[in-house]
Amino acid sequence: MAIPPPDAILQGAARILSGLLEARTGQILSEGRAWRMETALRPVLRAHNLRDIDDLAAQVVRRRNARLEEDVVNALLNNESSFFRDLQVFDMIHRQILPRIQEDRQEERTLRIWSAGCSTGQEAYSLAIRLRNEAARWSGWRIEILATDISSAAIEQARSGIFSQMDVQRGLGVGDLIKWFEPHGEEWRANAELRRMIEFRQDNLFDPRAPSGEFDLLLCRNVLLYFTAERRQAVLHLLARHSHAGSVLLLGAGETMIGQGDDFAPHADFRGGYAPKALASNNADRAMRGVG
Amino acid sequence: MKNCLVVDDSKVIRKVARHILESLDLSVSEAVDGQDALTQCEASAPDVVLLDWNMPVMSGMEFLQALSSAKMTARPKIIFCTTENGISHIKAAVEAGADEYVMKPFDRETLESKLAIVGVI
Repeated sequence: MAIPPPDAILQGAARILSGLLEARTGQILSEGRAWRMETALRPVLRAHNLRDIDDLAAQVVRRRNARLEEDVVNALLNNESSFFRDLQVFDMIHRQILPRIQEDRQEERTLRIWSAGCSTGQEAYSLAIRLRNEAARWSGWRIEILATDISSAAIEQARSGIFSQMDVQRGLGVGDLIKWFEPHGEEWRANAELRRMIEFRQDNLFDPRAPSGEFDLLLCRNVLLYFTAERRQAVLHLLARHSHAGSVLLLGAGETMIGQGDDFAPHADFRGGYAPKALASNNADRAMRGVG
Repeated sequence: MKNCLVVDDSKVIRKVARHILESLDLSVSEAVDGQDALTQCEASAPDVVLLDWNMPVMSGMEFLQALSSAKMTARPKIIFCTTENGISHIKAAVEAGADEYVMKPFDRETLESKLAIVGVI
């Protein structure tokens, strides 16, 4: 990459850094996040002994410091998450979706869940907690929870299971805190039993080396909103490829499938949930023809 | 409109909590210690009590014990809100009948989350 003249670097620091984010993650920096750029990057400036974001952008343009680029990307990603975020969604998963999946998968006795764009892991831990609280109901089942995120820092934290006092007070009930977490200095750590239930993996949703197999429940909440329309469709294609006719996809509260291609359609039974369209219709066709 | 009784000997904490709770569309009353809170609960039970642990006259735990034998039409939800952040304190509070536990310092999101968990909002 050619090094732009110093003036261009000074004028375009924000553009360069948001360009790096987009190139590495596919995420575009909305206006709402762009104004926080300097605040978000302050720890990176300190850690790499840089003067300001213009200095940082100049380093990024020279492309000599992979660690610096990684730190910039991690800092610019929005890792906001909380336990049982949107409580109604978790109630629907618990009361409606999981019982349906359990009915459908009675023979295989496997449950596969993918938390795509899991951030620091609260969503995956919330699911694990709900499942472990009903251990008897899932006795004899093989349960897999895969949680992936583009941010190496977020995945590292998620895997550690360590959360601040503020984190464990957002969405997590005191009963679950006592049962599933242990004090860890000033923080709290998910216990080993809970941590063992989840496979955390750094993964890019555009990377062809996607997870293998199909999932019964796919959560991709508050992720698509950071992508362009084209990339949203690419993510939905990927999620569809890892779905079967009975799979349920859940998006974030403010996200919709309207104008996002033909991979999923609103689920007939689960409000706010989506079913893979082609597979569902294929399945209906097969049933009509008496196949399978 | 649901009512929250804030029980804390600190005027500042009561003020901060009131500000947050009113922004969540709750009406707020205040008590300066457990005894004051008990008197108010017996007169008119709130929907939820935000309860400090260490207070003069009657502590949060003493209030909780007294509340169990108080004559009331309906039992309010109890959310402890304290600087006692050790797990032994949290367990003791839950065993004594607390519905939720907030470790100070707290913010709007924390209170909102706990109120939703106990079903008040």
